[in-house]
Amino acid sequence: MSILVIAEHDNAHLKTATLNAVAAAVKLGSEIHLLVAGSGCDAVAEQAAAVAGVAKVKVADAAHYADQTAENLAALIHAHAGGYSHILAAATSNGKNTLPRVAALLDVAQISDIIAVEDADTFVRPIYAGNALATVKSADAVKVITVRTTGFDPVSAVGGSATIETLASASDQGQARLIGREITKSARPELGAAKVIISGGRALGSGEAYRQLLEPLADKLGAALGASRAAVDAGFVPNDYQVGQTGKIVAPQLYIAIGISGAIQHLAGMKDSKVIVAINKDPDAPIFQVADYGLVADLFQVIPELTAAL
Amino acid sequence: MKVLVPIKRVVDFNVKVRVKADGSGIDLANVKMAMNPFDEIAVEEAVRQKEAGVVTEVVAVSCGVAACQETLRTALALGADRGVLVETDAELQPLAVAKLLKAIVGKEAPQLVILGKQAIDDDANQTGQMLAALLGWSQATFASKVVIDAAAGHVTVTREIDGGLETLELKLPAVVTTDLRLNEPRYATLPNIMKAKKKPLETLKPEDLGVDVSPRLTTLKVVEPPKRTAGVRVADVAQLIDKLKNEAKVIP
Ligand SMILES: Cc1cc2nc3c(=O)[nH]c(=O)nc-3n(C[C@H](O)[C@H](O)[C@H](O)COP(=O)(O)OP(=O)(O)OC[C@H]3O[C@@H](n4cnc5c(N)ncnc54)[C@H](O)[C@@H]3O)c2cc1C
Ligand SMILES: Nc1ncnc2c1ncn2[C@@H]1O[C@H](COP(=O)(O)O)[C@@H](O)[C@H]1O
Repeated sequence: MSILVIAEHDNAHLKTATLNAVAAAVKLGSEIHLLVAGSGCDAVAEQAAAVAGVAKVKVADAAHYADQTAENLAALIHAHAGGYSHILAAATSNGKNTLPRVAALLDVAQISDIIAVEDADTFVRPIYAGNALATVKSADAVKVITVRTTGFDPVSAVGGSATIETLASASDQGQARLIGREITKSARPELGAAKVIISGGRALGSGEAYRQLLEPLADKLGAALGASRAAVDAGFVPNDYQVGQTGKIVAPQLYIAIGISGAIQHLAGMKDSKVIVAINKDPDAPIFQVADYGLVADLFQVIPELTAAL
Repeated sequence: MKVLVPIKRVVDFNVKVRVKADGSGIDLANVKMAMNPFDEIAVEEAVRQKEAGVVTEVVAVSCGVAACQETLRTALALGADRGVLVETDAELQPLAVAKLLKAIVGKEAPQLVILGKQAIDDDANQTGQMLAALLGWSQATFASKVVIDAAAGHVTVTREIDGGLETLELKLPAVVTTDLRLNEPRYATLPNIMKAKKKPLETLKPEDLGVDVSPRLTTLKVVEPPKRTAGVRVADVAQLIDKLKNEAKVIP
């Protein structure tokens, strides 16, 4: 039996989250196949074939896979699930959207957000906003799994030489139609892939202050920008900046939390960062309990100082 | 049109849970329980659509122990019209819940099911997608805006995705799961809490629905994650930079 990993891509580029999902598949120890479902996605198939550890790339190229709608992807994966003991995807918004649907079609459980592989049936996953780690064993014939990217170091994007095979498309389910996308444009690194993240909270007070204070600092450090839920809810920044239990899970080398109190839902998304810095004017803010370096100060004063001194 | 809103009773989001010393699970003795926050958003959305005249009836469903009645009463106080409890003491995993909900959909024939995107206890983020698959319906997860056009037979949903937002048009009937920014749920007022006591609440068993709820996953152990210890306080910006450069070596 082999392992099927679903590639995450935008029809032109393979997303790095795929490399983390392949890394989890490597721990399972069987032959790994990567599924590229898209439209006009030849370039992705070639990138997929170069991923270290992948034996075969299976490509389903059809117009109705262009937008990665769950109905069509799940139908395709379900149709080609035979022969696989495990079906994996990164726990991205696409992976979370599609894999439970695949699992239900196969009448098996889905295992969300694994951070470790114990053996072929047994996995570790966080529950209760990461306040506990559960080891779960599956009794199903096929394990359908989403992989928390911070739990597995990515495999190399190069060095592999997989064969590329064409896969028959499943029919268009015709149930959902993409009307449009508003993708946040940024020249900065992606939150999931950044080595340094500057994250701002409610204390910034406005989108303008957020940008004026945090962007120059992020520029100096080559950092990605993130935010607490409160900062997103208040409209300072777009939704995809949110770090936390129900936002993005990150683990950079350096995470700087600025004017963020450190609610458990926020900590759930960043407490595995290598070094955490907290800047908060309240000496009792819970964020200091996880910070390697804490600075009790008014951010409006120290952020310009910090930016200037770097 | 009728909307079904599945709601889960979970540990209140403010509670810092503790792992049991024997590693068998989370200590739930005397812990405050509440409606899953994403399900409050789901109830609010359905009730607003009813207030806007788009939806005619809002039915809340909860699967679990008898105490889920309280959670259903909360939904009724927030404006749901009726409650259905699928009562069982068995452990329910998302696939089992989706099967129970499919059976309820079979009885109630709603045009739309609005669930939370994620339960904050198991953090599974699965049930809505599974239900949509079992029904063969379309789905829009992580919704931040829902516009129903019943006459045209579709619903337009804006979704929070990794890169930003996307908008999908789904054929009805459909499944939608809520994200945080869909709306801000109201608080139940005392008169509405009183009124909720008189609203109908039906109780069924999984056997009545012919659904096998046996778990597929066994939890072998539950442990606390490695603890991060608080580090040091720095006096000023100069000291912070010094530490990051020379001690942590995370900036050049
Ligand atoms: C279901 C659910 C899911 C959630 N998911 C998430 C999630 O994914 N991510 C997330 O972040 N939150 C999430 N939350 C929200 C979370 O509980 C907190 O409400 C949120 O993280 C608080 O954001 P904050 O720290 O920016 O704001 P606050 O808690 O208001 O903190 C602001 C901080 O700024 C400090 N401050 C004020 N002025 C200054 C100044 N001038 N200089 C320096 N410091 C200052 C204050 O001392 C305070 O500590 C979720 C909540 C629920 C119920
Ligand atoms: N036991 C349950 N009873 C009713 N609804 C549930 C139950 N479990 C999950 N749900 C619904 O499914 C959503 C997602 O839950 P989960 O897939 O467990 O993260 C929740 O927000 C609820 O809307």
